[in-house]
Amino acid sequence: MRAWWSDARHFQIVALSSLLTINFVWLDFVAKPLYSALAISSALLTQIICSRLSALPKIDLRSALITGLSLSLLLRANEPWLPAIAGVVAIASKFVLRIDGRHVFNPAGFAIVVLLLTTSGVWISPGQWGTSIWLATLLAFFAILVLQAAQRSDIALFFLGSHATLLFARAFWLGDPFAIPLHQLQSGSLLIFAFFMISDPRTTPDSRAARFFFAFAVAVTAYYLAFFMQLRPALYLALIALSPLTPLLNRIIPGKRFQWTPPTPQGVSQ
Amino acid sequence: MTRTVRSRLKAGVALATIFAQLAVTAGPAGAFCGFYVAQADTKIFNHSSKVVLARDGQKTSITMASDYEGKPSAFALVVAVPSFIEKSQISVVDTKTIDHLDSFTQPRLVQYFDEDPCAPIVALHALSYATAGHRAVTAALPSPQPTAYAGVKIEAQYDVAEYDISILSAEQSDGLIRYLTDNGYKIPAGAEPVVSSYIKQKMHFFVAKVNVKRMNELGRAYLKPLQVRYETSKFMLPLRLGTVNANGPQDLTIYALTRRGRVEASNYRNVKVPSDVDVPLFVANDFPKVYKAAFDHAVERENMHGVFVEYAWNMGWCDPCAAPPVTNNEMAELGAQWVPGGPTNPAVNLLPVPMPGEGYVTRLHVRYDAQSFPEDLSFIETGDRENFQARYVMHHPYEGGSCAAAKTYRASLPARFKKEAENLANLTGWPQADVVSRMAANGQPISGTK
Repeated sequence: MRAWWSDARHFQIVALSSLLTINFVWLDFVAKPLYSALAISSALLTQIICSRLSALPKIDLRSALITGLSLSLLLRANEPWLPAIAGVVAIASKFVLRIDGRHVFNPAGFAIVVLLLTTSGVWISPGQWGTSIWLATLLAFFAILVLQAAQRSDIALFFLGSHATLLFARAFWLGDPFAIPLHQLQSGSLLIFAFFMISDPRTTPDSRAARFFFAFAVAVTAYYLAFFMQLRPALYLALIALSPLTPLLNRIIPGKRFQWTPPTPQGVSQ
Repeated sequence: MTRTVRSRLKAGVALATIFAQLAVTAGPAGAFCGFYVAQADTKIFNHSSKVVLARDGQKTSITMASDYEGKPSAFALVVAVPSFIEKSQISVVDTKTIDHLDSFTQPRLVQYFDEDPCAPIVALHALSYATAGHRAVTAALPSPQPTAYAGVKIEAQYDVAEYDISILSAEQSDGLIRYLTDNGYKIPAGAEPVVSSYIKQKMHFFVAKVNVKRMNELGRAYLKPLQVRYETSKFMLPLRLGTVNANGPQDLTIYALTRRGRVEASNYRNVKVPSDVDVPLFVANDFPKVYKAAFDHAVERENMHGVFVEYAWNMGWCDPCAAPPVTNNEMAELGAQWVPGGPTNPAVNLLPVPMPGEGYVTRLHVRYDAQSFPEDLSFIETGDRENFQARYVMHHPYEGGSCAAAKTYRASLPARFKKEAENLANLTGWPQADVVSRMAANGQPISGTK
């Protein structure tokens, strides 16, 4: 049982499934169970096929399920084949776009950006999560659990800190009331981005200093895209644009490579 | 319960009647998406505003109308715009055109007549069409340059129809506010920080006053809505100035015209108003009040943080149509200049209404104040083309019939009426007992029908 809890992905699956349920029941009138089912099953199927093709010793569906759930939560589409394609693009990117023996992009983030740039049938509804405090708290609660287990929670906090600092600095410069940056921060999609995407342990830099730098760079780029270029959703674009920096940062400031399942602690028998 | 549902399904002989002219208003307020300011100390009541926002790529058109009822000489409008505006980018539109789009997209009450339970089903469907729409005319003369103010640049001045319009840019808010005050605009106290914020964001200011002399020459009895067209990457509506001098929350209805699909707020939660609700028959006598209560209740449920979708539909058709379809010329007048038959393609004027795929309308209704909507509204155009309308349904029971089926049918009615009472109570927040007694007075008793 303890081995089950020690894998952060199990927390993530529970958290994302709960959020998806809330989304269907209450939050988003455009969210469709069929589309989510297609995104999830195409992600799982692609994982199976690519694992076979790459002759992996074992087929592990947990990460693919997380990708499918993330896509279901974030991506909206007007045709059912679009979420299905998104699942394929996301998982295939993991197997094809690799540097130093690991994938470069967060799979769900990559698929979202590719589809947004190539088709007019998909969109992100960043405001749909609303701003109710309890929901933010609920998300944070789930997310903290996830991150405690993933042990790379620092990047989410680095990112949220940088993002919030930039928004507050902008409000201060403009003379705007702080209600404005607070409103901008109280968005569920921001929390999902911070806790589930930029903090994806497989595509974040290994050392703490590099993670801090990366989080700050994503926040600054997203700010530039949103307020100077009026390009939205800026967060996803910034993350995917900067992800190729991660292998570079890992070479400049090396750190311990992440593994989903930590080595068995002493005193615990398998 | 099942029997009720089944009997209703069976009885679905549709014929729609539309009850028009909703007057959904908030409390008195004095604002707009920019803001109205009085030149004299005239009390201005601006209960609700309407904005038509047409967008095609970066091409944006904003048409502003409000229920301003004060003296024309006391009317003034200040709106932050993203760039300098040429005279050719400004016009006035016919109030009737906006009213037409408003009635075409408004929440609707439809009625169905149950068929004779003893006879076979006969269906009937009726729609009426009409054409409307005139293009607005603009007239203009150059005006002399007034005295300069520190940091304020009067980029241009235009006469457009009955309006005197200035396009201003500024380096500092105090200079701009002094200029406006000296030129007879009464600027509310809290406006300065908001104006300063827009100045730093390199926005320009579009300010308009009414030239009463020209208005009389034009023979106008009322003010025409103003339209400004520009290209911008910012798909937004500046609400903040409007909250400065407001007394309490205000209502704003946004009619977004796009090519592709539904428009939604990207920085606030989008919520559909409750729809397809079966309601009691007395609603027919009081529909505007019922919808106002339903909207108030929905706003309350969302703690005034929602942007409410009231209609989202392809402009090519409607079902049922709350008003005759909006013509291509009207669409073009309201800023959707991509529609064939508009100025870009005057040769194809034969098409009376947009073809499916040429236009999509989203009607959004916002009740806002500075606290619940601290930030300006930003939008995105989604690829969603699913149709939605705020629709409330009355079912008229069939009277008469003596066969066995008629007896069963009549026995099912009280349960159906009860459900309608519950629906209306949930929709409006009215006590169910009140609804029930109004139903009984209107011939829909929940108990006692055999």
